[in-house]
Order: sequence, then structure tokens, then C-alpha cells
Amino acid sequence: MESLVILPRPRAAGLAGVLAIAALGLSACGAAPTESTAADGKKSAATATSATEMGGMDALVAAAKKEGKLNAIALPRDWANYGALIDGFSKKYGIKVEVENPDASSQIEISAISTRKGQDRAPDVVDLGSAFALSGASQGLFASYKVADYEKIPAAQKDAQARWYYDYGGYVSIGCDAKRVKECPSTFADLLKPQYKGQVALNGNPTKSGSAFGGVYAAAIANKGSFDNIQPGLDFFGQLKKSGNYNPVESTPATVQKGETPISIDWDYLNAGYTDEFKTKNVDWKVSIPSDGVYAQYYAQAVNKDAPHPAAARLWEEYLYSAEGQNLWLKGYARPVLMDALKQAGTLDAAAAAKLPAVAGTPAFPTPAQVDAAKKTVTQGWAKAVS
Amino acid sequence: MTLKTKAPAGMLAALPLVLFMLVAFGLPAVAMLTGAFSTSSDAPGGAQWTTANLTDSVQGAYLTGLVSSVKLSALSALLAAVLGLPLAQAVVTSRHRALREGVLAASGVLANFGGVPLAFAFIATLGNAGVLTEHLGLTGAGWSLYTFWGLVVVYLYFLLPLMVLAITPALEGLRKQWREAAQNNGATGFQYWRYVALPVLAPSLLGGYVLLFGSAFAAYATAAALGSGSVPLITVQIADALSGNVLVGQGNIALALSLDMVVVAGLVMAVYVPLQRRSARWLD
Repeated sequence: MESLVILPRPRAAGLAGVLAIAALGLSACGAAPTESTAADGKKSAATATSATEMGGMDALVAAAKKEGKLNAIALPRDWANYGALIDGFSKKYGIKVEVENPDASSQIEISAISTRKGQDRAPDVVDLGSAFALSGASQGLFASYKVADYEKIPAAQKDAQARWYYDYGGYVSIGCDAKRVKECPSTFADLLKPQYKGQVALNGNPTKSGSAFGGVYAAAIANKGSFDNIQPGLDFFGQLKKSGNYNPVESTPATVQKGETPISIDWDYLNAGYTDEFKTKNVDWKVSIPSDGVYAQYYAQAVNKDAPHPAAARLWEEYLYSAEGQNLWLKGYARPVLMDALKQAGTLDAAAAAKLPAVAGTPAFPTPAQVDAAKKTVTQGWAKAVS
Repeated sequence: MTLKTKAPAGMLAALPLVLFMLVAFGLPAVAMLTGAFSTSSDAPGGAQWTTANLTDSVQGAYLTGLVSSVKLSALSALLAAVLGLPLAQAVVTSRHRALREGVLAASGVLANFGGVPLAFAFIATLGNAGVLTEHLGLTGAGWSLYTFWGLVVVYLYFLLPLMVLAITPALEGLRKQWREAAQNNGATGFQYWRYVALPVLAPSLLGGYVLLFGSAFAAYATAAALGSGSVPLITVQIADALSGNVLVGQGNIALALSLDMVVVAGLVMAVYVPLQRRSARWLD
């Protein structure tokens, strides 16, 4: 009797139109190899692995403008300043950005690439959790493309074949509604205090939400766990549940504003973003990065190998990794992957960087194998820990 | 073509339905079966036949989810059936036509009020910062919406009206004469219900219960919006495996979980159908 409301929102296109477009897409795809190398030795956008191969930025811009459109997916406007990035890109190059299903998950992005292969409505670019970037690359879904500053991305944060590279990331943080909570917690140990009864929420279920999973990892580190041992994180939430402090509501801007999730463990760029958003709405949202559980994670960018708009897709990457794009992420409190490079080049937006929540110590990153093992533990143990 | 002359017209008329069933029901069923018994085509080595998905789907956290789903559905359906019967009886025997029609119309609407809107309505009233929770100090009394019992309350909100809708026709089928006959023979009200009305109603009650069970068992959006896995449910686990940000390549496990659900639904039907057939003859 209940309707399934959380559905990806397909664009309203007539079936006939979709089929016609699909046919066009297929024929264009089939034609691609023959024109991959033009007479003057320049490559077409679909196979170019850098802007230089296409004859430089100007040629890339011209080709992208000719396509006129970029299909993006899963980019919420209120997430890491994506709204400003999308608007900035469209304005600068006159290319229309269409974002399908802004709240989609990484798995839906991967499915969209593989099931709509050759169609005009397939996503051109994706922003993925790192595990999905790895598995997508191994399935051969992504094009190899190096943005201008590819070499400046730290080696541990990119694929050696440039099929994906990290774009922005953040730390697990504790957000707190200072009007509802007398004394804001600043460590995981604080969260167990009896005064926070029913108040400590996550951004979803860690078997589904990447940030909630990060929260469990951070809690593990805070409780003598390690990248190899996430169990203490599960135990921590079990303890939180037992003490009555755990609040299973998935925190969103709406629940934060309504006071339903007065304390929320989430990425610092989301929590810090709420601070600005709610200043005018009588919510005093404070953010701290717990000193006992420092955990950072980055998302990754990738270009669809069969992107319907290959030039626009590549130009979008160039824009994201330009100083302008990187600083826009920074303004959304996300830490861009080229932050150090920008600092050295003197192009970093220092004012925005100064507004980031303070972090003690340097971040370390788990290996994909460690993350995989941790996910298995969380999948098996989460329900048991909090039910 | 022999169809033109030999096939009875009735068969021909059913053809669109059969075709529809094959496409809308048959194809997904086949896809589910093959997927549940094979590895993902993305896996190293490609797609291969295996029973590993199915084995995984009935142990550990997935078993907990399945058991908890069955418990939640069985219990909330039972409560809705037990509470719905007297409510429906009161409405059916009421002398006020307007009340009767009002209740039935409202039931029709409420039985379909589910999903995320329902969850948010409850969060606003009975959540941690909900209106009633704060006014009545329910948190101090141990109330939390995000528990097993919280979900039962939420589910009752659409199951109870559904029960009223399902049982009303059967209650209307109870003949007045039966009650009079019972009374003439000196039966008390209790005896009438115990020996006449309830046995006659049994198949309809059971049918209603199965309907409610199925409705609760398949419910997804409400539970997904209400809890972050604090009440493990199989539908939510399927969604996590299919469309999450954390687990990679779990699609075939999700299909195996769906197969488990089909088996449970099949078992329930297997109990229901023979019982229904046995006692349905009383009401027509």
C-alpha cells in the first residue's frame, strides 16, 4: 500500500525521442574511431587524453562550445558549493549543465554509465566515492584524461592511468546546534556524556551513506581502532545506542534546521556549510573536528569513456581543476585536492582557507583493501550495534 | 494460422493480459532468479553460476534483517487486524450513514498514505523534537520513534485503515438472521461471536491479515526515511546493496534477498490459500 517515493528522477522524455537520440548516439559512437585522428595529427575529444592532444585549451573550448551541453549526475547544489561551480562553468563557456538526480548515490552513477552506453543521455562526468572509482576503472568505464595540473595531484590521490583522480574531500566533524545543546561536544569521547541523550545523529546508514561510514571509521580511530580494525567504531555506536544518545534520524539541512538532529556527525564541508545557511534562521551551528578521531576522505572525478559530450566533459574537468574551480570548492568548505599546489602558486583563496574548521595532525588514508575489509565488517555489524 | 478458427474467443481476449504478465512479471522474475544464482558480470572471471549469494543472504546481518522484517510485519498486521475488526464492526452497524461513509472514505485515503510523507508527518509529531514528544515529555517516558515499536506505530497508521477496508464487505455479509437465530436459541453475545460470526469471518480475517502482512513486508520508503538501519529491514538492505555509496558490486546479493522475500510471501500464501478455500463457502 505504500508507494516507493525515493526514485531516481528520470527526465521527462518521450520514448520515441529517447530511442531516436539513442540511435543518433550509437551512430556517432560508431563513427568515432575513424575520425579520432584528424589530418593535422590532432585527436578528437573522445580519445584525447589531455587538452594538448586536441590542440590546446582553445581547441577544447571550441569543441565543447559546439557540443553546448554537459550531462552531470548526482551533484546537489548545496553540497560542497556545486551550485556555484555549475553556474560558473555555464557562464564562462556558455555550456548548459544538466544535473540528473542530484541526490543519487555512487552506485546509481555507475549504473547510469553502464546501462546507458551509447545514449545521448548518459552522464558525461561523475563524482564518485573512491571505491566506486576503483571498480568503475577496472570495468573500463572511464576515459583516461589528464587535466593540466594532473602532475600536481599527489600520487596517492590519483589513478596512475588518469582514469580518475580525487577532487575534493573533508574531515569527519561534529556539528552542534548551540541553541539546543548547552555545551557542544568536540570529541568522540564527549558524545557519550549523558547530557546528549537522543541527540547524536549521522548522515544516514553507514552501509549506504559514505559520510556515515566515515563517521564509524573516525569513531574507530578515536577508540583504539585502526584502518585495519573498524570494529571499535561499531562498538562505539553500540555504546552510544545503549546510553540512549544515538539518534537514528538521517541528518539533512531540514532536520538540522528543525532541531531534530541537534548534534550531527558529518563531513566538515557539509556541517560548515550549514553554519552559513542557518545563521539567518536562528540556528547557531558550531563545527569541530574531533581531535581523537581524525579521518579524511576524498571523492573522485571521472569522465565517461563513451561520454555523449566528450569535449564538454573534458572541459568540465579542466574547469574543476583550475584555480577558479578549486577555490569554489574551498568556498564550500571542501578541501580541494590541489590545495597545496595552489598555495605554492599563490592562487589559493586565503580568506576561504582560513574559514575551514581547524584540524589537529595530518590526515592519513586507508588503502582500498583496508576500506573493503572495513565495509564488510560494517555491513555485518551495523544493525547489531544499533538495534 | 489456426488461431483464427480453433482458439476460443476467451483465450484470445486473455492474450493481452498474458503478454503483459510475461513482460511485466515474467522477465523480472527470470532476471531475479538468474541474478541471484550467479556472480556479477563485473566480477573478476565474469558471470558464473553460484549459490554464494543465496547463502550470504540468509546469514549474518541479512538474516537479522529478514527475521526482523517478518517480525515487524507479522506483529503490526496482527495488531491492525485485532484493532480493525471492532472498529469496522462499529462502523458497519452504526445508524449514522454519514459516519459510515466518512470512515470508509478516510480509510481509503489513509490506507494509501505511506512512504516519505508519512514518515515526516510522524517525525514532526512524535520524533525527537516532535510536537507531541516535547509537549508530553515522551522522551523521559522512554519513547523513541526510531525503534521497532516506533515503526509498529507508524505502520499501524496505514495498516489499520486497510484492515477496515478489507473486512467491511465481510461484516456486511453477516446476516442479521444468524444473530437472531442465535439469540432465539439462548446464545449470549459472546457465544454468537465465538461460534457463529468469527468462524464465518475467519477466511476474510485471514485474507485481511495476509494482505496487511504483505503490505508491511514490502514497505520500504517509510522505514528508510525513519531509521538509519537501527531497525534492520530486508527492503532497506536491498536498497543499500543496490544503490548505496558504500558497498560495491552487491547487486546480486540484493537479487538473492529479493528471492528470499518471494519465498516468504509464497509461504504465507501457501498457508492462506487452502484455509481460505476450506471456509469460504459460508460467505456468498
